[in-house]
Formats: sequence, structure tokens, C-alpha cells
Amino acid sequence: MVSTAENKTQYKVVGTRPIRHDGLEKVTGQARYSADINLPGMLHGKVLRSPHAHAIIKSIDISRALALPGVESVITSADLPQPSGRVADLGEGAMMNPKFLSNNVLASDKVLYKGHAVAAVAAADQHVAEEALGRIDVEYEVLPPVLNAVDAMKEGAPILHERLYTAENPFVRPGGLRDDSDPEGGSNVASHFVFELGDLEKGFAEADVVVERGFRTKAVHQGYIEPHSATAMWNRDGHVTIWCSSQGQFAMRDQSALILDISMSQIKVIPLEIGGGFGGKTLVYLEPVAALLSKMTGRPVKVSMSRQEVFEGTGPTSGSFMKVKMGATKDGRITATTATLIYEAGAFPGSPINPGVQCMFGPYDIANGRVEGYDVVINTQKTAAYRAPGAPAAAYAAESVIDELAEKLNIDPIDFRVRNAAKEGTRRLTGPVFPRIGYLETLEAAKNHPHWSAPLEGPNRGRGIATGFWFNGSGPSSATASVNQDGTVSLVEGSPDIGGTRAAVAMQMAEVLGLPAEDVHPSVGDTDSIGFTSTTGGSSVAFKTGWASYEAAQDIKRQMIERAAYIWDVSAEDVDLTDGVFHHKSDPELRFTFKELAGLLLETGGPIVGSAAVNPGGVGGAFAIHIADVEVDPETGKTEVLRYTALQDVGKAVHPSYVEGQIQGGAVQGIGWALNEEYFFDDEGCMTNSSFLDYRMPTSLDLPMIDTVMVEVPNPGHPFGVRGVGEVPIVPPMAAIANAIKAATGVRMTNLPMSPGEVLKALWDSEESKNSD
Amino acid sequence: MARVFIPTMLQPLTEGVKEVEFQAANVRQVIQGLEERFPGIGQWLTEDGRIKPNLAVAIDGETTSMGLLAKVAPDAEVHFIPAISGGGK
Repeated sequence: MVSTAENKTQYKVVGTRPIRHDGLEKVTGQARYSADINLPGMLHGKVLRSPHAHAIIKSIDISRALALPGVESVITSADLPQPSGRVADLGEGAMMNPKFLSNNVLASDKVLYKGHAVAAVAAADQHVAEEALGRIDVEYEVLPPVLNAVDAMKEGAPILHERLYTAENPFVRPGGLRDDSDPEGGSNVASHFVFELGDLEKGFAEADVVVERGFRTKAVHQGYIEPHSATAMWNRDGHVTIWCSSQGQFAMRDQSALILDISMSQIKVIPLEIGGGFGGKTLVYLEPVAALLSKMTGRPVKVSMSRQEVFEGTGPTSGSFMKVKMGATKDGRITATTATLIYEAGAFPGSPINPGVQCMFGPYDIANGRVEGYDVVINTQKTAAYRAPGAPAAAYAAESVIDELAEKLNIDPIDFRVRNAAKEGTRRLTGPVFPRIGYLETLEAAKNHPHWSAPLEGPNRGRGIATGFWFNGSGPSSATASVNQDGTVSLVEGSPDIGGTRAAVAMQMAEVLGLPAEDVHPSVGDTDSIGFTSTTGGSSVAFKTGWASYEAAQDIKRQMIERAAYIWDVSAEDVDLTDGVFHHKSDPELRFTFKELAGLLLETGGPIVGSAAVNPGGVGGAFAIHIADVEVDPETGKTEVLRYTALQDVGKAVHPSYVEGQIQGGAVQGIGWALNEEYFFDDEGCMTNSSFLDYRMPTSLDLPMIDTVMVEVPNPGHPFGVRGVGEVPIVPPMAAIANAIKAATGVRMTNLPMSPGEVLKALWDSEESKNSD
Repeated sequence: MARVFIPTMLQPLTEGVKEVEFQAANVRQVIQGLEERFPGIGQWLTEDGRIKPNLAVAIDGETTSMGLLAKVAPDAEVHFIPAISGGGK
């Protein structure tokens, strides 16, 4: 369903639903994913992982493993250059602490979580490699683990990094290490920062009602279907080729170069199809390991993870502890808010605390506020990005408190949000003002949606809503397109396609050239065949690479107009392109279809290639509002989602089916986060549910149809009005369901997941509380 | 005149001053202007002659990728905020 706010421009291709370019290959199993690579003479690698959550590595003896027939090499961190702990600029705006990055790939002096990679083997086949892992003798001195941020912040807590200091400034990237000469001890708090706006004291003094609550969320995994896999060949000339699937072939190249201490130009990364990423495939895990094993053996080496390794060895998103206080007047105007967010970074600094803090109150116009963030290391997997990193947990806390305020003031929860809604010109709590945004239009669409007014009858049923904000991103991006003689265009772009962006990018080129979407053939280039392109993340690709594609198309258009003018012996200024036809502006006899002119190129001056490299501004943020109906079984605590509607300001939807799919996918992941998903650890810090059987993600049997409403408020900062759409739909679900459970049961859930046991416990506690009153 | 906002965590360096106004044609001049008024503040904003890569500059609400070269309109708002990287789909 599309609700168009101000979309007056009619396009021929943008906004249509062509069959995806990569569809046939994917549904017939022909598409190549990372583990599909097999090379002559290839060896198989396996990784030895720590059985302990926190331990000093006293020694590693690889001699018995090396003696096993079929074993070609065994490596440890001693075989890697040990970089400094100084944060490094990878040259494209990406900051990394190379020591932490390297030590997460292969542990050096300590293991910091169960599953932390310790050593790797290359052998003739996987079975030999697995057997060799059992012959690597590691002597550990086991240390007590610290498994949550609150414990990690206590005095006397086990310290993960002896030299880690607390960066008391948002402009210091978490992960700084003290000099060895500094006698000060280490901290588990990697960073702490504050944003303030207005006058808090005055704001709370004006409030008639104040709500204050604490919240706890657990780590959840992105749950991508394709496990990590990397194949590498280190050639004798010192150049390395790596085949892998990731969200950024250039990021894989640059991170690998940093860890291996070689030039980035020595590495070529060939991107393969990606079976899901959701932010989790933005860091290297296996790529440097496969490369080093290849260097050691002189043969190609493939290393693949099992599902258990994915859960135990790669990054989920952060668990969190949050406190929120908010005040409002009787007429429903928010006067002030404060929040403290503590995010668990896992073994190395770098939780998504910054975006969490900056997105938390994004939907609201609040004059007085203070938000404080902490990034804390604990003995679990190093966290990685996950869809709108940091924002979902923050929204869960904020939107629960908003809901409670509306309830106490007896104001409709949508009306309450409308009264406080951010709009163009609103100053965010973090300082900058919003450009044109579509939050109010999305709220209006929700208010007018039949779901909101539909009766919800029956016991133990309730309806909840929540909203969410995500910045959306941009970044450097490149596209190159060649005009084929048959009138089609081969487009090479730099963004790995994890959400249908290949089609969205091709469609923007087709729109400019007046071609059907099917006549633009998109592919994703390797690091040697396309210009630098920043990672597929931040809901940036349809925007930035779409823009690169748009500009490359303009380059083609300009060259083809010049060619037509040359053939007709007229001025290029007198030639134009309309609906795929080059024509003279005043002589109707002079016209070429795109295909006709493409067929003449080689004999009239040579081929035409259009290219563009951009780093565009003009990003438009995204807002979503979700409506959830639930029924809670008071006997078991199980929550069933009866009906779910997700509305979102999508800018201009380039391929509406893909946009709807992104909205549905984000909502479903959020529902899983809300109701089921969490990492279970035993007292020693070992994950006990590292399989899809025990890590319970929702399936189609658990959910109703997710209805979607695309509210099109075009982004004025993009040629076609594009906004990123992929991340914001995961922001509202947890709070929407929590608010629905509150409506159904009278109990406000402040811990995620709201699993049957947790709901039952909350119901019993509520009952006990009533009885004791 | 450009309106330059001081980040909360840097306000101890400005004795609590939250915003200042002065003439600046680009971000380099904004930082020079801040350094003249609040000596030492520049080291938190630049590194090796560039905006710190983990830092974003927002001019009139929009993050710029042009660093010190970014143009600042006469009545623009300038903010320094932590850079954000996203998680993808």
C-alpha cells in the first residue's frame, strides 16, 4: 500500500516492480555464494576456538598438529604482525583499532570470550583439519569472566584490557590504550559521553507528570542464513586474491591489509552473493586467516564457519541497560527528558552506543534533554552492527515511557506523538535541525489506517504502537556503465547487494536513459574493477550508489547526445533524450532510439562508457510507526501477534516490492528480538544456545502477514527523492509489542526478550504486588 | 555570521559557553575561530591536519563529507557530532 504525501513526479521506471535481475540465478541455485568457491589444489582451513570466556594464553604447541599427515600449516597470532593499539584511519573515513581488530581475528595474549579464535589449520580436507585442531595444545590460565555491563563497571570487576582507558569524549573513538609508561590501571568502560540541550531543571519543573523506568535488553544475533566463508590465494608476487561475501569488498580489503600489514593495493577482494548480512558482515573474521594460511602453504585455502561458529565467533548486537525519565504537561507536551544508556560492546570496544544515543529521541521535539552513553567491554563476542545499530534498544526504552506518559495523561498515543512530533526545522537533542522529514505524515497515515480503528475484542488482547527513527547514511560510491551494441547497458557498481539494491540502482540508471529496467544489467565489481565504494550499510546504497548510477547515466546520455549530434552534423545543444529516443529538438526527422544509436557507436567513434564517483550529501532520515495487536496466554505467558501493520516514510520507493520486503523483514527481526531471541550463557560465560534450534527466531508459522504502508515523502536531497528504507523498520517493534502486552495484561515489560517465562514472571509479580496491597 | 555549537563534552573548555558566532567561510576557519577563542579546543576536532575521521561536521543540519574544505554560508549553523556508521540490511 502506498500513501503518497507529495509525490507529484511521474517516472517510467522508478516506482515500478520489475523482476529482479538476479532472481533467476538465485531461485535456480546458480548464484555463487562464498562457500561455493573451489579452486585447483585448494586446502581447507579450520579455526580452533577458545573453550573459556576469559583466560590468559600461557602457551600454544602446534607440533602434534603439524605432524598429522595432510596438515600443511598451523598459524597463531604469532604469525601475524602485532599492530599497535593506536586507532588507525583506513583512509576512507573508517577508523579501526588495528590491535583489537587483529586480536579478534586471532587472540594474542588473552582469550576474551568462548569461541574466540586461537589458531587455524590448513589441511588436505576438512576432516584432517578438524582432527588437527584437537592436536593443538593450548595452556590457559582461566580467569573469572564478567558477563554484563553493570558487573563490568563495578569496582574490582575482572578487567579485560589492562591498558584500556575510558574516553570521556564522544570524539575519541572507543578503544584507546594507555602507554605502557602510564601507571593507571585499565577500565572496562571504553567511552562515556553526554549530549545536553536546554534547561533540564526548568523542563521538569514544568511537567505535570513524570515517568521514570529502567530497561534491560539482551544480545541478539543478525541471524543471516549464510555462514561466513573466505577463500584466499597468496600469489608469489605478493598479491592476494580473496573471495568472500561481505557488505563491503573494500572494507574487507582494507581491514585485511591492516591486519596482514601489507598495502591495500596488494589485495583484490572478489565479492560473491551474500546470504544475509544485516550489519554482521562488515568486519573481517576469516579473510586474513585464509590469506595467511595461503601464504604459508603457497596454495589456495578456504575457511568456512559452521552455524555454531557463527553464533560463538561473530558479533551480535549489544545487550543494554537503560534508564529513562520524561516529563510532560497535562495537555501532552513533553517538557524534559533524561536517559542513561549502557551498551555492552563484547570483548572489544565499539558498541553502537553513539547511534543509540543520537536516535533515541529523534522522533520528538524536546526542548530540554540530557542523554548519557557508556560503551562497556565484557567477556562475550565482540559486537557487530545490526540493522539500525543501537537504535532499536534505545527506542524500546523511549517509546515505552512515551506510551506510559500518554496513558497517564489519557491521551491517544498517536495524538500524543503528533503533539510532540519532530518536523522540518526541529532541533534534535544532539544539536542539528531536521531537513524535510515525513514523521507527521506517517503518524497521520497510522491514525487513518483501518487497523488503528478496528475493534480488538476478547480477553488478554491489546494493541500497541511505537515509532522509530534512523539517520540513514551516505558515503563514497562508484558506478561504471558500458553501452552494448544491442542497446543494453552493463552496469558495474561497487555496493554488494544485500537488500535488492542491485535492482534499485539499475532502475535509476534506466530512468535516466529511458530504458526498461531489464535492459540495464547490473553486477557488483571487485576491488580492482570499480572505484572505491563504502560499505553497504546505514541504508545508504539505494541513495549513494543510486546517485552514482544516476550520474553515470547522465555521462552516457551526454556522450550519446554528442554522438547523435556528430552523426547528424548538428549542435549537441539541439539534441535531447526523451523516453529512450534521441531526437533533434526542432527536426522530427532526426531521431534514434537508444538501441539504434547504440548499434552505431563502434563505427562512429568507438564505445561509450559512463562512469561516476560520488560522495553525496542530502541524506534524508527515515521514520516508522508500527501497530501491533497481541494476545497473551495468562497460563503460559506466550504472546501471539494477531495483527501487525508497519508504516514508514520511504521517500520515493524505487522498487516498491523491495521496500515492502525491507519493511516486513525489519519488522519480523524486531518481533523476534521482542519475544524470543537472546544469547544464553552459563556461569562460565559459555553460550548454550548456539544453534537455530535453540536460538529461537520467528518463522512464518509464528507470525501474521506484516501489512506495510509506504508513505512517500520524497527526500529533496536526492534526484529521485530516495531515502534509505532498510533499517528503520527494526526500530519500533519491541516497544510496539511491549505496549501491546501492557494493553493486554496491564503489565509493563521492561526486559527483553518478552519470552513466555518473562511474561509469566511479570504477571505473577504483578499479581503478588496487588495482593500485598 | 556562522553560528557554531560547542559539543556538551567540550563545554568545560569554553567555560560553559554553548555556542558562538563569528565570520567563517569554511570549516577550517570555524576551527581556527574556535581555537582563537578557546585555546586547545582544536586538538579535539582535528588530527594530522584533518577533521578527526570519527567526527562528523553538520552544516545546517546536513553532514558534510568535505571536512575542513566544506563551505560555510554566512548564517549557517555548524555542529560537531560523532560520526555514525550503519548496519545495513
